[in-house]
Amino acid sequence: MKTITVNIVTPDGPVYDSEVSMVIAVTASGEMGVLPGHIPTVAPLGIGAVRLKKENSTELVAVSGGFLEIRPEKVTILAQSAERATDIDIARAQESAKRAEALLQAKKDEVDFKRAELALKRAMNRINVYEGNV
Amino acid sequence: MASLRDIKNRITSTKKTSQITRAMQMVSASKLNRAEMNAKAFVPYMAKIQDVVASIAAGSNDASHPMMTTRPVKKTAYLVITSDRGLVGGYNSNILRTVSNKIRERHTSNDEFVILSIGRKGRDFFAKQGMTILESAIALPDHPSFADIKEITRKAVGMFSEGAYDEVYMYYNHFVSAIQQEVTETKVLPLTDIKPTGATSSYEFDPSAEAILEVLLPQYAESLIFGAVLDGKASEHAASMTAMKSATDNASELIDGLTLSYNRARQAAITQEITEIVGGAAALE
Repeated sequence: MKTITVNIVTPDGPVYDSEVSMVIAVTASGEMGVLPGHIPTVAPLGIGAVRLKKENSTELVAVSGGFLEIRPEKVTILAQSAERATDIDIARAQESAKRAEALLQAKKDEVDFKRAELALKRAMNRINVYEGNV
Repeated sequence: MASLRDIKNRITSTKKTSQITRAMQMVSASKLNRAEMNAKAFVPYMAKIQDVVASIAAGSNDASHPMMTTRPVKKTAYLVITSDRGLVGGYNSNILRTVSNKIRERHTSNDEFVILSIGRKGRDFFAKQGMTILESAIALPDHPSFADIKEITRKAVGMFSEGAYDEVYMYYNHFVSAIQQEVTETKVLPLTDIKPTGATSSYEFDPSAEAILEVLLPQYAESLIFGAVLDGKASEHAASMTAMKSATDNASELIDGLTLSYNRARQAAITQEITEIVGGAAALE
């Protein structure tokens, strides 16, 4: 089976580096599946889970903010933050989800609202990846 | 001559001080190690992002972005990276001197520029001079992660886009080696000098080159700042290590001198005592 190298890098260091058979990521224009031999592409990433399919298993990585660079034999994901399911601090994610929800309820000005919305999205993404239901 | 007890006290207190400085030196040495590792971990990210930015900039000439175009400068921002505390030798004063000189060279009034400060020392210094501090981040951890400085980088880049200022210069101590740090000036924004790194490939852009630049350029500028913070932290720990090493050396020199005068004073006291005893015995005869 053909494979493609996946690198996930963040400012705090590399997070993931392995051979997989398929990468599925949430880009700005929708979900995108990448197989080996893909045409060179760059696409911005949304907040979401990156699914890395191997022969008979799937790994999940929660990413937020960044972009995806695809070359025929290599995929590089540059994200401001990225965590593998096993590295996620679930207590912290739940905490920040709660905080963001409280802020959303409070309904202050628009900037705060947007920020809380994003925070909630990130937290939910982490929780989903941790629980593996994506 | 100082009394025996006085000298003894001074020796003891200098010894205590040197114990502290030696401990601080060792702490800084281990922190420097970590900081260097952090800076190294950041390199692949920076290299990659530079690669992609360069290939987009080179590939499509019509893909322009407000962050890449130079506009008439009405206001300049100076982003100054210092430490939060002292005991780091010339680390802070070197930077602050350079920035003050540059400001004096370029500007005639305080209205022409603003300061963005990372680190307490810089903030206090510029506040004392009556300059405008638009934004500051203090009490950063010794090994900052990207999340720790995201707030200020986002604001710094955001205010440029909103037009609060028209160019951003960044000052930090570049880590050359454990005993040498160099004050470095970098122009962060606008991003005018993005050079292709050679092996650029042409990409498809999804949805468009402009949309990618929209995401990519702020991230690039923020990464530049983050890289400087990591570099600055490594320099800070190195400077602190060197400063504490010389303090320890000075202390042991001082102790040597004091021990010598202590022994002299002791000898003098003994001699005097013997003279008195001999004198007393002679008087009895």
